[in-house]
Amino acid sequence: MPNDRILSYGDALHEALHQEMALDDSVFVLGQGVDDLKGQYGSTLDLHKEYGPDRNFDVPIAEEAITGVAIGAALAGMRPVNVHQRMDFLMVCMNQLVNMAAKYHYMSDGQVRVPMVVRASIGRSWGQGPQHSQAAYPFFMHVPGFRVLAPTTPHDAKGGLIAAIRDNNPVIFIEHRLLYANTGVVPEDPFEIELGKARILRKGKDITLVGVSYTVTDCLRAAGLLALMGIDAEVIDLLSLAPLDSETVLKSAQKTGHLVVVDNTWTLCGAGAEILARLQEDASGIKVKAARMGYAPTACPTTRCLEDAYYPGPVSVAQKAAVLMGADAGDVPTDVERTELEEFKGPF
Amino acid sequence: MAMGTSSFDVKRAYYLERTIRATEEKIAEIYFTDKVKSPVHLSVGQEAIAAGACTALGGDDVVFSNYRGHAHYIAKGGDLNSMWAELYGKANGHAGGKAGSMHLVDTKVNFMPASAIVASAVSNAVGYALALKMRGSDARVVCFHGEGAADEGVFWESLNFAALKDIPILFICENNGYAIYSKQQDRMAGKSIPERASTFGITASRADGFSAQAVYGAVSKAMAALREGAGPLMIEVNTYRWLDHVGPDDDHPGGYRPQSDLEAAQAIDDIPRLAAQMDADDVARIDAQVADELAAALAFAEAGDFPDETALGRNDYA
Ligand SMILES: Cc1ncc(C[n+]2csc(CCOP(=O)(O)OP(=O)(O)O)c2C)c(N)n1
Repeated sequence: MPNDRILSYGDALHEALHQEMALDDSVFVLGQGVDDLKGQYGSTLDLHKEYGPDRNFDVPIAEEAITGVAIGAALAGMRPVNVHQRMDFLMVCMNQLVNMAAKYHYMSDGQVRVPMVVRASIGRSWGQGPQHSQAAYPFFMHVPGFRVLAPTTPHDAKGGLIAAIRDNNPVIFIEHRLLYANTGVVPEDPFEIELGKARILRKGKDITLVGVSYTVTDCLRAAGLLALMGIDAEVIDLLSLAPLDSETVLKSAQKTGHLVVVDNTWTLCGAGAEILARLQEDASGIKVKAARMGYAPTACPTTRCLEDAYYPGPVSVAQKAAVLMGADAGDVPTDVERTELEEFKGPF
Repeated sequence: MAMGTSSFDVKRAYYLERTIRATEEKIAEIYFTDKVKSPVHLSVGQEAIAAGACTALGGDDVVFSNYRGHAHYIAKGGDLNSMWAELYGKANGHAGGKAGSMHLVDTKVNFMPASAIVASAVSNAVGYALALKMRGSDARVVCFHGEGAADEGVFWESLNFAALKDIPILFICENNGYAIYSKQQDRMAGKSIPERASTFGITASRADGFSAQAVYGAVSKAMAALREGAGPLMIEVNTYRWLDHVGPDDDHPGGYRPQSDLEAAQAIDDIPRLAAQMDADDVARIDAQVADELAAALAFAEAGDFPDETALGRNDYA
């Protein structure tokens, strides 16, 4: 089969669910609106028509109990996929996730396990404001027992979701709203990506840029801007936040000598903080100039002009990188297209 | 599938209640030695509920409990030796010392890991029951919880979902009147827990929690209905905790509940009432058996080794 089929991120997720539900009748999907006309950006569209209303169903607006229901079903050997329209809503089920899902296996010394996937969408688009935009992945990175995955490409969306479903642990699966329409090559047959591995998306020799989910897009665009200045950036999609593949990142950083980690959340206690700490602890003795970026340390404002100041973007990433390289931030070109951001009109 | 006995088995109930009482009293007796290095929430006074309910269950039926779970664990057929070793934090405990008193677990008898977060296992029990329903299993789920669990919003979310999806599950509300030192009336407005549950369409009844026979009767009836396809059911059982909320002491001198309440509960203690229905020989034989088994369990725990450090990272991920 030729491996050049193009699919959107949303359709890649749909195909992953579709194939896993066909392969394994213990897989089912539950979440607010999963069986509605929009089907969570198309990712769950009509699955109930194919697999029945008890395998893709709407739920009450009761996040803690529904998370608990998914956990209980997982204890009984099912593989639930619990979908949340926004990651902000996970705050309502932290008790079930942190105290129950992440603990059952360990505190029973392996007698039970919780193979479940919690899908949550994150991120800016426009005007999502302080309660509809948060990417709370550091909370989950902090707690042993979770795997945390944030795919950027349609390929990794499909292979990551399949791997997450087949994994025997609770997996927090993070999807950025601006990525659903992204297209890319996605193999048709079911496949798994390796959980716990970062992905090098662009080879370069001067500086390493590391992104998480949508900030990978910022890093790729920043690499384009830096190229115009003669700086050759390597771009890494962190992809897995827990386990955190700092090995791939450190290897690249030690090669280029420069590292910028661009979190898709606040920098305090973020992936960048952790990677820079590991860089500091590294015993190789190789010196790397490193910096981290992320959201401004405020709640997310709603108005676009403040949003632009709040989020990192291709230009600010390139400027940070340029300064780290000893260049002048003022020399970074600022002409960059972000059609997915400009074209986004909601209403959701 | 092994169903519960078809009629109330006095000797079995007596054996279970005696085992639970003897275990709890032994924990209280040796607690000062600090061999049980964790909080303990004892069930002295509440034994009749676990004994009555669990003898009405089949081996395949699944129990969800909580931090006050020794009674449920023993009554469901859990292994006394590995429970004691677990209390001691030993490697031969059922969770190698990682669980301790508050998280008893034994999947061999379908006893799910108990939770120390009030009300949190209720939704897990509902999810487990949903899975069994999806699988077309004959097994059913029983979820024990205190009346304090009904203070939590997630409790009612869980009941709503169970009723909405017509999930076969039995909630057994052990109402001992207090959450720690706080009276139910000081925490809950409005109608009683069964009355509230019934507004979801859940058939909720009451049973005498001081009588294993009464609990057995109510639970057998409920289990039969669940096996016939009934949706969620609730039984509220009244009971009284003789000792402190946590730890081995009598807390009545603290004054938050009257000594006369304890005396009233002790006057209707189920253990002597069951003994009165049995031959003296049987009582003596069972008492001796319980003493032997408890001694053996303690010896098992004493003889066990503490886990070595390699156990720390074991089963962090599945
Ligand atoms: C979410 C949560 N809040 C508070 C506590 C502290 N706590 C432990 S037991 C308990 C009382 C619960 O009362 P009830 O459900 O009636 O059960 P009982 O202890 O009486 O058996 C409380 C408040 C807890 N463990 N979990």
